[in-house]
Amino acid sequence: MQANLRVRRWDPDGDRTVRYDEFTVDLHENAMVLDALLDIRENQDETLSVRCSCRSSICGSCAMKVNGASTLACNTKLKDVTPNGTTVTIEPMGNMPVLKDLVVDLEVFWNKIHAVKPWLQPEGPDPVREYIVADEHMMNLINTVQCILCGACVSDCTVMEVDPSFLGPAALAKGYRFAADPRDGHKQERLETYAQPGGMWDCTHCYQCVQVCPKGVAPMEWILQLRHEAEAAGLTNTNGVRHSQSLAESVKESGWLDEAKLAMDSYGALGDKMKLVPIGVRSLLKGKMPKTGPFHHKRPGADHVERIFEELEGKHS
Amino acid sequence: MVFEHDVLIIGAGLAGLRAGIEAKRKGVDVAIITKVYPVRSHTNAAQGGINASLDEGDSWESHAYDTVKGSDYLGDQDAIEILAQEAPSDIIELEHMGVIFNRDEEGRLGTRAFGGASHARTYFVADITGQALLHVGYEQSLKHQVKTYSEFFATSLIMEDGACKGCVGIEMRTGEMHVFKAKAVIMASGGVGRAFEPSTNALICTGDGMALAYRVGAPLMDMEMVQYHPTTLPSNGALLTEGARGEGAYLTNSLGERFMTKYAPNMIELASRDVVSRSEQTEINEGRGINGCVMLDCRHLGAELIHTKLRQIWELARDFSGVDLVTEPCPIRPGMHYIMGGIKAGIHGETYVPGLYAIGETSCISIHGGNRLGANSLLELVVFGRRAGGHAAEYARSQKHASGGENLMDADAKKIKALLDKAQGGEMVGKLRLELGQEMNTHVAVYRDDAGLKQAVAKVKELKQRYRNVGLQNKGSVFNTNLLAALELENMLDVAEVITQSALYRTESRGAQFRTDYPERDDANWLKHTLAYKTDGDPRLEALPVTITKWQPQKRTY
Repeated sequence: MQANLRVRRWDPDGDRTVRYDEFTVDLHENAMVLDALLDIRENQDETLSVRCSCRSSICGSCAMKVNGASTLACNTKLKDVTPNGTTVTIEPMGNMPVLKDLVVDLEVFWNKIHAVKPWLQPEGPDPVREYIVADEHMMNLINTVQCILCGACVSDCTVMEVDPSFLGPAALAKGYRFAADPRDGHKQERLETYAQPGGMWDCTHCYQCVQVCPKGVAPMEWILQLRHEAEAAGLTNTNGVRHSQSLAESVKESGWLDEAKLAMDSYGALGDKMKLVPIGVRSLLKGKMPKTGPFHHKRPGADHVERIFEELEGKHS
Repeated sequence: MVFEHDVLIIGAGLAGLRAGIEAKRKGVDVAIITKVYPVRSHTNAAQGGINASLDEGDSWESHAYDTVKGSDYLGDQDAIEILAQEAPSDIIELEHMGVIFNRDEEGRLGTRAFGGASHARTYFVADITGQALLHVGYEQSLKHQVKTYSEFFATSLIMEDGACKGCVGIEMRTGEMHVFKAKAVIMASGGVGRAFEPSTNALICTGDGMALAYRVGAPLMDMEMVQYHPTTLPSNGALLTEGARGEGAYLTNSLGERFMTKYAPNMIELASRDVVSRSEQTEINEGRGINGCVMLDCRHLGAELIHTKLRQIWELARDFSGVDLVTEPCPIRPGMHYIMGGIKAGIHGETYVPGLYAIGETSCISIHGGNRLGANSLLELVVFGRRAGGHAAEYARSQKHASGGENLMDADAKKIKALLDKAQGGEMVGKLRLELGQEMNTHVAVYRDDAGLKQAVAKVKELKQRYRNVGLQNKGSVFNTNLLAALELENMLDVAEVITQSALYRTESRGAQFRTDYPERDDANWLKHTLAYKTDGDPRLEALPVTITKWQPQKRTY
C-alpha cells in the first residue's frame, strides 16, 4: 500500500525553523507508522531523527503524535491513520522540549517519575521466602506495572500544559503501583507526598491520558483510586478533598453548584482564601463572576437531588 | 569531558543493572552507560518467565541437567551448576525487590511449564516477565543511586598495560566525545540480532559490546550457536512467547496434524527450541507448511486464559498479523532470536582481558551451549550480573585509573569526523544492513551447509569492503541516528564475520548448528567450544574443551 506522511522537522544545527516534510512510502498492508519512518530514514532522508527500538510496543521508545494524538509509532497501523489516501501528520510529543525532529528531551519526564520514589520500600526484614500475597492483589497491580514509561500520557496531559509542576499521569500511576502494593511499608507517607500540591488532586479528569495510553494503563483511574485511598487514610486537609466535599455538599443542598463557595471552601487557611480576592476582582471585571454572586438559591426540585444523595450514602454506609 | 568511576558498566539491561546494584552494595563508585534509557533495553522482550527449582518436588540438579541436555552438552557444567544452585535465592530476591510474580492459590509464587524442562519451574508475570523484571532492576538502581549516563554510545575500550580501563563514547544529544575511566569494565550490552533479517530482536541489538571486546583481544566463543525461536510472526519477526505452548497451545501443519508428536513424542510442543524450530522447518520444506509457516493454535485454551496470561501476544498477533488467537490459529515460523555465543567469560563474568567482564547475551559463560532453554536467559542476567558486579568491585579496589584515554578519544573523534566528512552518494547504511541480514538468514539459519556458509563468508567480506564507501547524508551533531546506525553496522559486520567463520569451522551438528553436510553430533572431535580471536586478516579459530562435571553426553531425545 502507498501512504503519504507529513513529518514535523526541526534541526538545532540547521536554520532552527520548523518545517513539515512530505514523504510517500510503499509498504505492506500491516505496516506500522514506525515502519514508514524507518523506510524514510533508511531510503529517503537519513537526516530524520527518531527514537525506536523493540518494534513491539514494549520498550516505549517511539511515542510521538500521530494526527495530533500521542501514541507508539510501532503499534499504530499506517492504513488506520491514512483512510482514503489522506496524509498522516507525525509530530514529536508535547509538554517536552524538542531536541531534533521527533526526538524530545525526556529529562522532565524522568525527574517526575523519580519524584514518586518508584521502588518498593518494605518495612522490617524480608521474609525467608516470598511474601505471601493473593494473586488478585498482585494482578491488581499489573495494569500499572504494564506502563512502559513511553511518555504518551505526559505528552497529551492538559494539566501539564498549563502547570508544569504537576507530577503527571505516568508518575502518579507509578506511585499508585507502590502505594497499593501490600508488600510496601510506606503507604501513608506515599499518599501524603502524592497529595501535596502538584499531586493527585491537580488532575482535572480530562481522560486524555486514558485515551492515548498505548498499553491500556488508564493512569487517571489510578489517580482517582489514589484519592480514595488518601481520603480513607485520613488525608482530608487538602484543597482537593475540600473541593470535592464542597462540590458534593452544594449539589446535595441546593441541587446545583455554588461556584463562589466552592472556591472559598477549597482553600483551607484564611491566608490562602485571601489569595482568591484578586482573582475574584478580575473575574468580576471580566464578567466571569457567577451571576448569583454570593446569593446562591436552591433550585426547584433540589429535594429530589438530596434524596438521591441520601439513598447513595445509605447504600455506602 | 573525562569521567572517572571505579566500575563502569556498558549496557543497562537487567544484567547491567543487577551488576551495578551489586557493585554499589560493595561500596565502590559505579556508573552505567547505555545507548538508550535503561527501561528501553531488550530485556523487555523476554515474555515467558524465569527458571528456578524453588518447588519442593524440584531440585537444582534437575534444572542443571535439563540445561545441560538443552545445551546439547556444549554448556560448561561448572557454570550451569552455579546457575541452577543460585537461581532460587535470586528469584526470591527479585520478589523482595518488588517483582509482582503471578501467585498460586496459596499466595505463593506460581509456575508455568516451559520448553525442555522436566518440571514446571518457570516463574512469571503474565507474559511481560522481562519488562516487569527490567523495570524493577531500574527502580532498584534508582534506590541504590547507581549513576546512569543514558544515550551515550561506547565507541572503543581503553587498554593500558594489558588491562581494560574504561571506554570512549559519544553523547547522542550533543555529538560530543567523552572519556569514561574505570578500574573495571563490565560489558552488558546484549546480543546481535540485527545482523539477521528478520529477527525478533530490537533495533538496538547490534553486537556493540562483542565487537568492542573482540577488538581489544577478548575471544568470542561459540558464535555459530544462533537460536531460531519456533514461534515468530512472518510479517515482522515479532515473537510469540513459548509460554503459549507452556499453557498448552498446539503446533499444527497444513494437514492439521500436531506434527511435533513425530519429532518429540514425550515433550511434543515443549521440546527444546532447536528441536522444535528444526521440526517446523522440515515440515515447511517438505510441503506441509502454509505460505512458509506452520500454525500456533491457542483456541482450546479459552478466551479468559488468553486474555489474562497471554494478553501481550494476543495483541501482537492482532496488530501484526490480523489474527485473533481466541478464534483462529496463527501462522508462525522459526525466526532468529538469540545468540548463545558471545564474549568468552568465566563464572564471575571475567574475560581473557584483565579488567574486562562480560554478562548477559553479549557473554558466553557458557550456560546455554548449543541451545538456550526458554526462561534461562533472564535467570542468567541476575545470577551472573550479581556475581560479576561483586567480583568487579573487589578487583577495582586493587587497581588504578588509566593515565591516558584522551588519545583514544581523539582517534575515535577523528574517525567519526572522517565518516561525516565523506560525501553522500556512496553506499547507504540501511541497504548494507539489510543485505547482511538477509544473507545471514539465508545461509546461517536453521539448516546450514559448507557451500552456503562459504557464500555467507564471502558476502560479509564484500559488505565490509563496501562499508568503506558509506557516505552519510546526516552531518549533524544532535541525535544523529544515521551516524549511530553506521557505527552499529561496523560492529555487526565484525561479529557476523565471526559467526559465519565459526559455523564453517564446526564440522558437526549440535544444538542450534545443524549442518546438512555433517548431520550428526560428533562428540569425539567436537565436544568443544569454538574460540575466535581478532587478527589483521580472518578471525583465528581455536577449539576449547567443554567443562564436564556430572553429566556425560548422551543421545538427546525429547
